[in-house]
Amino acid sequence: MASSAVQPRGLKRTFITPEGVDLRLELGSAGSRAAAFIIDVLMIVAILVAATLALFYVARGTSTGGEQFIAIIWLIGAFVLRNAWFSLFEMGGRGATPGKRMLGLRVVARDGARLTGSAVIARNAMREIEVFLPLSFLADQSVEGLADTFLVVFALLWSGIFLFFPLFNRDHLRVGDLVAGTWVVQSEKSKLSADLVGTSYRARRTFPKAALELYGIYELQTLEDVLRKENPDAIVTVAAMIRGKAGLPDDGDDYGFLYDYYVALCAHLEANMMVGRRRESKFA
Amino acid sequence: MNAPLALPSDVPRVNATRFRQAHEEDWEQLDRIVSRMEKRSIRSLSDEDLLALPSLYRTTLSSLSVARDTSLDRALITYLERLCTRAYFQIYGVKTPAWRQLTGFFAHGWPSAVRALWRETLFCVALTFGAALLAYFLIRSDPTWFYSIIPQGLAEGRDPTASAAALRATLYDKEQDWLGVFATFLFTHNSQIAIFAFALGFAFAVPTVLLILYNGLTLGAFFAVFAAKGLAPNVTGWLMIHGTTEIFAICISGAAGIRIGLAIAFPGRASRMDSAVEAGRTAATAMAGAVIMLAVAGLLEGIGRQTITSDGLRMLIGSAVLVAWLSYFYALPLRRANGE
Repeated sequence: MASSAVQPRGLKRTFITPEGVDLRLELGSAGSRAAAFIIDVLMIVAILVAATLALFYVARGTSTGGEQFIAIIWLIGAFVLRNAWFSLFEMGGRGATPGKRMLGLRVVARDGARLTGSAVIARNAMREIEVFLPLSFLADQSVEGLADTFLVVFALLWSGIFLFFPLFNRDHLRVGDLVAGTWVVQSEKSKLSADLVGTSYRARRTFPKAALELYGIYELQTLEDVLRKENPDAIVTVAAMIRGKAGLPDDGDDYGFLYDYYVALCAHLEANMMVGRRRESKFA
Repeated sequence: MNAPLALPSDVPRVNATRFRQAHEEDWEQLDRIVSRMEKRSIRSLSDEDLLALPSLYRTTLSSLSVARDTSLDRALITYLERLCTRAYFQIYGVKTPAWRQLTGFFAHGWPSAVRALWRETLFCVALTFGAALLAYFLIRSDPTWFYSIIPQGLAEGRDPTASAAALRATLYDKEQDWLGVFATFLFTHNSQIAIFAFALGFAFAVPTVLLILYNGLTLGAFFAVFAAKGLAPNVTGWLMIHGTTEIFAICISGAAGIRIGLAIAFPGRASRMDSAVEAGRTAATAMAGAVIMLAVAGLLEGIGRQTITSDGLRMLIGSAVLVAWLSYFYALPLRRANGE
């Protein structure tokens, strides 16, 4: 099966299903996870502000008893929003908060087992020291002025260790992920893109064998991206480069040339692969 | 060489095309079923879909393997990888229904997690009372100690200079007006501290231990102030009605934090990661339970204590609740849950 080992350096991780197939999970990048978190926080703040205003509006006309009831609802609501927003959403079927969902992320157990409630609670309760602790130190400083600046700087550095923890380990684990045994992976929905070659294809150009020996699979798949994206600049550049290397004449139709070259190269590499000569890149 | 190929136009040139033609229908069907499961639940599937799911999943998974080895169409491989990943998590990561998780938590998860933390809990209880005794004797010998333990805001006049009558009033006066709000505030505030004690355990448990220690010092300091004016039994009743639950809950969440810290500092035979994960999940269950206990404590403090002013009754309720917690956590025979 997997003929090329997944490098542990990038964001791809080996993940073998019970059926023995490697799914090659892609971890969420630090940037998209931070973005997801910011979206969630903004949503929480927006809901809190809207609910507070709504409760104020309702409270204006009521008696003291009503006011008390509304104050209780506010206190409990704020507590639940702060502590349960992440946990409740991640316990759901998608395993993701709205922010994560927008960025195509989801939380999964590192061992591939089902994600338990206790794991979700553990990873989110740890946020207290990752985010709220540095924030409360910052708030303290603005309240108490510069009296204990040294202490606050020390506290910020200390709590910063937890905040930036994901940047210092290979799997981008938060402290919470580490303790809960979870990680955040990319889990996007994508449509099957159209077949580039198709059945109605007719070759209009032929290429000498030497021209097809120039490149390997890596270059072929890069060419595939270029063709699918249809960026005019990239097409001109790539076509000129391939013509130059292969010593082929320019016939004025860059896209057609690249398209024919792609099909020919793909067929050539596939034929070689069938007899056991898989060529990963032009350097192989 | 390489003359124009005399193939009929409908013969696929590359494997990806052949492969797509043969299996595309299966993939699309799996995609449709998985999307439905993600949006709603497995129960929204029709019987045919439910029966087709496992075989479609396996077909697609083997398509992925074959595609990786025979096809060079990257878009196809990426699509299959994503589809298989989504299907995998829908099939193997199936959630236990919410009510089953809840009953499992109360019947098994919570008490067994607390039971597993008994050593750390005992340590926290000992630490709390040790610190309380220390603060008590310090302040009885020299009342100025009080001001170095308790910040001004928290004391609200309950300091060594207060008169016995004023102190007595704080124990029995009813705050009828904002009773419920007060109880709720105490609950959210204490729960936040419990969650904090849990999370701080990650820093090798040191801040958690300090938090528990300080909690004990505060307790002892207040007790000393009241005891100095001959109000010891009265303050005991005042504290006990909710304190047995509240202090116990804080001790359990402290124990949860300490467990995490110890697991990371001294993983034993397991790897540091595995040891942290195992401790983290047990500790999180115990901490979630502590938040429930604090809700009970909030009710007892905000409503029970305000309406019941007899010392004996306050102590009786406090002890009864404590016995109930202890028997629930440590004496109840646990039936092994089938899966979590």
